Amino acid sequence: MSAIEKVLIARDKDRPKITDYIDNLFTDFFEQKGDFLGKEDGSIYGGIALFHGRPVTVLGHRKGKTVEENMACNFGMPGPEGYRKALRIMKQAEKFNRPIITFVDTPGAYPGLEAEMYGQAQAIAANLAEMSALKVPVITIVTGEGSSGGALGIAVANKVYMLENAIYSVLSPEGFASILWHDSARRDEAAEVMKLTAKDLYGFGVIDGIISEDDLMAAVDVQIKSALKELDKLSGQELADARYDKFRYFDEALLATENQKEMEVV
Amino acid sequence: MISIVDRRKSKFNRYKDLRENPTELLEPAIKPVKEYDAFDRIEDIADEGTFEQFEFDFPETNPLDFDGYVEKKESLRGENGCHDAIITGTCEIDGWPAVIAVMNKKFMMASMGMELGETLCKALEYANENHLPFIVFTASGGARMQEGILSLMQMAKTSAVVKRFKDDGGLYITVLTHPTTGGVSASFATLGDITLAEPKALIGFAGPRVIEQTIGQKLPEGFQRAEFLQEHGFVDKIVRREDMKEQLAKLLRLHGNVYSRR
Repeated sequence: MSAIEKVLIARDKDRPKITDYIDNLFTDFFEQKGDFLGKEDGSIYGGIALFHGRPVTVLGHRKGKTVEENMACNFGMPGPEGYRKALRIMKQAEKFNRPIITFVDTPGAYPGLEAEMYGQAQAIAANLAEMSALKVPVITIVTGEGSSGGALGIAVANKVYMLENAIYSVLSPEGFASILWHDSARRDEAAEVMKLTAKDLYGFGVIDGIISEDDLMAAVDVQIKSALKELDKLSGQELADARYDKFRYFDEALLATENQKEMEVV
Repeated sequence: MISIVDRRKSKFNRYKDLRENPTELLEPAIKPVKEYDAFDRIEDIADEGTFEQFEFDFPETNPLDFDGYVEKKESLRGENGCHDAIITGTCEIDGWPAVIAVMNKKFMMASMGMELGETLCKALEYANENHLPFIVFTASGGARMQEGILSLMQMAKTSAVVKRFKDDGGLYITVLTHPTTGGVSASFATLGDITLAEPKALIGFAGPRVIEQTIGQKLPEGFQRAEFLQEHGFVDKIVRREDMKEQLAKLLRLHGNVYSRR
């Protein structure tokens, strides 16, 4: 399958949404709204739920299923209030020692006037910094489109997985083609060049695993369970340190000079 | 007491003034890049003869095998005297020791790839180990597209390292210069203990053209400029270039209980 075909599948409006994952994998979901700084953002959906009887905090981008829902969720493109809401409930999860599970599916953070006015950049940066030090397990699953800082803003996790047809990239292929070649029509070519498929990212060491979509819900369930089992062995500080090291050193091998590589061998 | 209506009116007038005096928007932060580069900046900030540049060893990186990327970097290195788009090192500012990082927008608009992210992190770690304050002058078009997902991940990497530096007690000052956008604005640029900005600098996550296309309307004059950000609560102080050294020295002095003068 070509990269652009993956992009189109990842964006398919009939692909399972965060509400499907919550309905199928969790029970007793209690939604939490609002950033408690003056705003609510429907493009981030989250709250407390039970995962096999265990309290967890679950959240993610919400695109919506109907046109009305799409509009209410701004097609899954959060403003700063969405990132602040996410951070609020993640900090709460840390307080009550609940693991955090995030689902990523966004075309990107919303490029709007109000979003800029209220600090889109600062809100995403704060999430990146704060998530890196959370003392509870954090698991991220990229289910559809993981585009740009808008995706990363809820994806600084101990374990990051992608569904086999999900994509994760610095920007949309259209945006990439437009910036580098001044021609957004070259998106198919861009998708290929960008290396944005699950396989590509696994190859770079940016993600921890690829989830098969054959029996999707069951596969996601198994992956979360096994990740939790592994992460439960670590203390709060060890979880934070492991996450820090993961993001600090993920590109260490790519940045090693020939000399440094030889030293390693010796 | 000023009423809400009055306040709104005064805000409107301020933007109107900017519209009527477009030349204000051009001075002084937005002079052509050529006129003021990263080395000019260091010369203006560091006490004479005190700047010592960090030199890190990096391999040539081209993770997407992007056509022409390596050649482009090679040609820019000759012109600019730096290996990628950031210069870091130690210096003294009015006698106060600090680590400084200056982004060089002549080098691919100072977009952030692996080497830039790693250089910033190593400089922060040096400052942390040696108990020095850290000052970064940001300017960037955002993530380095040519490095794909690996450039996006630099946002998480640099933000984590900045947080650790700050949590360990380090003073982290950011100076936002024209332009600071995209992945750099949404990571280490907006995490300062103290955030300064140069007058009229463009600072934002999304570029103005993208926003205009998205919302289908013209943006107001002054939108995403330093003054606009300050008005909305994201900048401590706007500092003109000629006052920058004095203000930074003052900030270091005000943290004199944490850092001592050499």
